[in-house]
Amino acid sequence: MARLSLLHLTKRFGPHAAVHDLTLDVRDGELMCLLGPSGCGKTTTLRMIGGFTSPDAGDIRIDDHSVLALPPERRPTAMVFQRYNLWPHMTVEGNIAFGLRVRRLPRGEIESRVREALALVGLPGAGRKYPHQLSGGEQQRVAVARALVLQPQILLLDEPFSNLDARLRVHMREEVKQLQRQVGITTVFVTHDQEEALTIADRIAVMKDGVLQQVDTPEALYAHPRTVFVADFIGTMNMLHARADPSTRTLHVGPWRLAVPADRVPGGDVTVAVRPEDLVQDPHGAPVRVRRVINLGHYLQVVLDSREAGTLRMFAGKDAALSEGMETRVAIGRALVFSGSEVLEVGGPMRPPVASPLERP
Amino acid sequence: MAATSPPWGWVPGALARAVGVGMFLALTAFLLGPLLTLLLWAFAGTWLFPHPLPEFSLRWWAFVLGNADVGKAIRMSLLSAPTATLLSALVCIPASYAFARLEFPGRRFLLLSFLSANAFPKIGLYVSIATLFYRLNLMDTFLGVVLIQLVNTLLFMIWIPTGTFRGINRNLEEAARDAGAGPLRTFFSITLPIALPGLIVAALFAFIAAFDEAQGTLIVGTPNHVTMPVLMYGLVLSYPQPVGAVFSVLLSFPSLLLLIAAQRYLRAGYLAAGYSL
Repeated sequence: MARLSLLHLTKRFGPHAAVHDLTLDVRDGELMCLLGPSGCGKTTTLRMIGGFTSPDAGDIRIDDHSVLALPPERRPTAMVFQRYNLWPHMTVEGNIAFGLRVRRLPRGEIESRVREALALVGLPGAGRKYPHQLSGGEQQRVAVARALVLQPQILLLDEPFSNLDARLRVHMREEVKQLQRQVGITTVFVTHDQEEALTIADRIAVMKDGVLQQVDTPEALYAHPRTVFVADFIGTMNMLHARADPSTRTLHVGPWRLAVPADRVPGGDVTVAVRPEDLVQDPHGAPVRVRRVINLGHYLQVVLDSREAGTLRMFAGKDAALSEGMETRVAIGRALVFSGSEVLEVGGPMRPPVASPLERP
Repeated sequence: MAATSPPWGWVPGALARAVGVGMFLALTAFLLGPLLTLLLWAFAGTWLFPHPLPEFSLRWWAFVLGNADVGKAIRMSLLSAPTATLLSALVCIPASYAFARLEFPGRRFLLLSFLSANAFPKIGLYVSIATLFYRLNLMDTFLGVVLIQLVNTLLFMIWIPTGTFRGINRNLEEAARDAGAGPLRTFFSITLPIALPGLIVAALFAFIAAFDEAQGTLIVGTPNHVTMPVLMYGLVLSYPQPVGAVFSVLLSFPSLLLLIAAQRYLRAGYLAAGYSL
C-alpha cells in the first residue's frame, strides 16, 4: 500500500529532453497507465521510478519519502519488463525464489511463498520447468509472480504484453487487472496501446514528447480531452478546421454552423473534434457521400466524403440504411472546440445554414 | 553434401555432382593429408623412399619420453600455460564486462589496441619485452614465462568475453537488481552463469595460444624454464623426422582433449559474438 509522487521529473539524453518537468501522483492501490506514442518518455519515467535511470532534476517519493538516493535493489518497487525477464539458467522456482534468497529468508518460508505466487498467477505445477519450456504468456506470468512474491509497494510494468499475440494480450491484461485488484497494489503500467489503457486503468497519464498532456479516468479522457493531441490519440476522432465569425457569433465548421456564447467566441483558427458516434444522419444536415461501409458486426463504421470537410468517420447502428456510393445528410451532435489552450464543448445539432426563408428549418 | 545441388545449374546433374564430390575429397586430402603424414611419421621406425608406408615402431616415443629435458619441458608447459590462462581470465573478464556495459572515453580505441599485439611481428615485441624483463629481473623466471604467454591470450580473453557479455540482455541483470541483488551478487549469480559458455570458449582459445607460445618463451625462458614448443624447435633440427612428429603429437594432446571436452560449447553463436565492437 503506497502512494507514489513524481515531482518535476526531468531526464535529458544529450540535448533532447526525454522527460520534461513531469509531476504526477499515483494513489494508493491505483492502476495508473502511462500512455503515449513511442518516444514520449513513458518507459524512461518508469525506469526512473524503478531506479535504473537517474533523473537530471526532480524527485520521486513513495509515501512522502524520497527514494532518489536508493539503488534499484533497495527500492520498494518491482518491475516486469517487456521481454528478457526470466533467467534462463534457473528453473521457474529458482527465478521466483531468487529475491527471497537474497533476503535470506528461511527455506520453508521461501518454499511456501513460491507456491503461493505460482498459484496466484495460475501456474501451480510449473516450478521445476525452465523458462524455455514455457510459452510467452506463461513466462510473463512467472515474471509477474516473481515481482509480487517480494511484496513490493509499487508494481511497475513496461508494456509486458506487447510481445504476445492479440488474443493472449487481451486475456493477460484482464488477469493482471484482476490480480492487481485482488492484491490491492499500487501499479504503474506503461503502454502505447490506448485500448489497453482504456480497458484496465483507473487513471491514465497521456504523454507526448516527454510532456504530460492530461491525467484523468478513461471516461473523462474520452469525453473531455483537454488538448488536440489527447482528443486525437484516444479513440477515433474526426479533426476539422473551423473559423470563428465574431460578428455573427457562429463557428464555421466545414458546411456546418454553430452558435457560440458571446463570451466564449474563440479567436482565429480553431480545431473542432467530433467523435464518430456524434455524427448523425439528419435530413437537414450537410450533404455527404458514403465512400465505404465497414460492418463490424454490432455496428457500422462509415467513411464519408464531404466536399468542404474532407474525409469523416461515422458510427451507425447495424441496421442503418447505408451503402457505398449513396448520398446522405449528416449533422454534428456534439463537438469539442480547441483554440490555443482553450477547450469548449458544444452540443449540437450543428447543421448547415438554412439557404433561404422558404426552406423549412 | 551430395543432397544440395551445385550453383552451376546449367551443367548436367550427374557431372555436376561428380565434380562437387571430387572437390570435397580434394579439400579433405589437403587438410587432413599433412596430419595423416604426421601421425605416420610419429609411429615410424624408418621410412625410406620408395616405400609408401613406414616400418612401424615406438622407439622414437621411448626416446622422446625418456629424455630428461623433455620431462622438465612437459612439466613447465603444464604449469605455465594454465597459470597464464587463469591470470588472463582474472584480469580480462572483469575488463570485458566493463567494455561491454560501460561507455567511457577511449573505449573503442582500447578495445582495438588489444589487436595490436597480434598486428606486428611478434619477435619485435618480444625483444622489447625482454629488455624490460632484464631490468625487472624477470628473465629466466617462471613469472616471466607466464607473462609472455599471457600477452598471447589477451586478444581472445578480451574480445570473446566482451561479445558474450554484450549478448546478455540488460533486462536480465536489471531484473536481478530489482529483486534485491547488489551489483556483485548480480554478476556472480546471473551474468557469469549465462556467460559461461562463451567464457569457456575464450579460455580454450587462450589456453591453446599460451600453450603453443614459443617465440617469446624462447627468449625469456631459456635456459631453465623451457616449455615444450621451445624444446621442440631445438630437437627438431638435431634429430630425425620422427622426433619432431612425436613432439607435435604430444603438443596437440592437451588442446585436443580440451576441444573434445568443450565441444558442446563451440556453437557458432558464441564465436561470432566475440567479434563485434
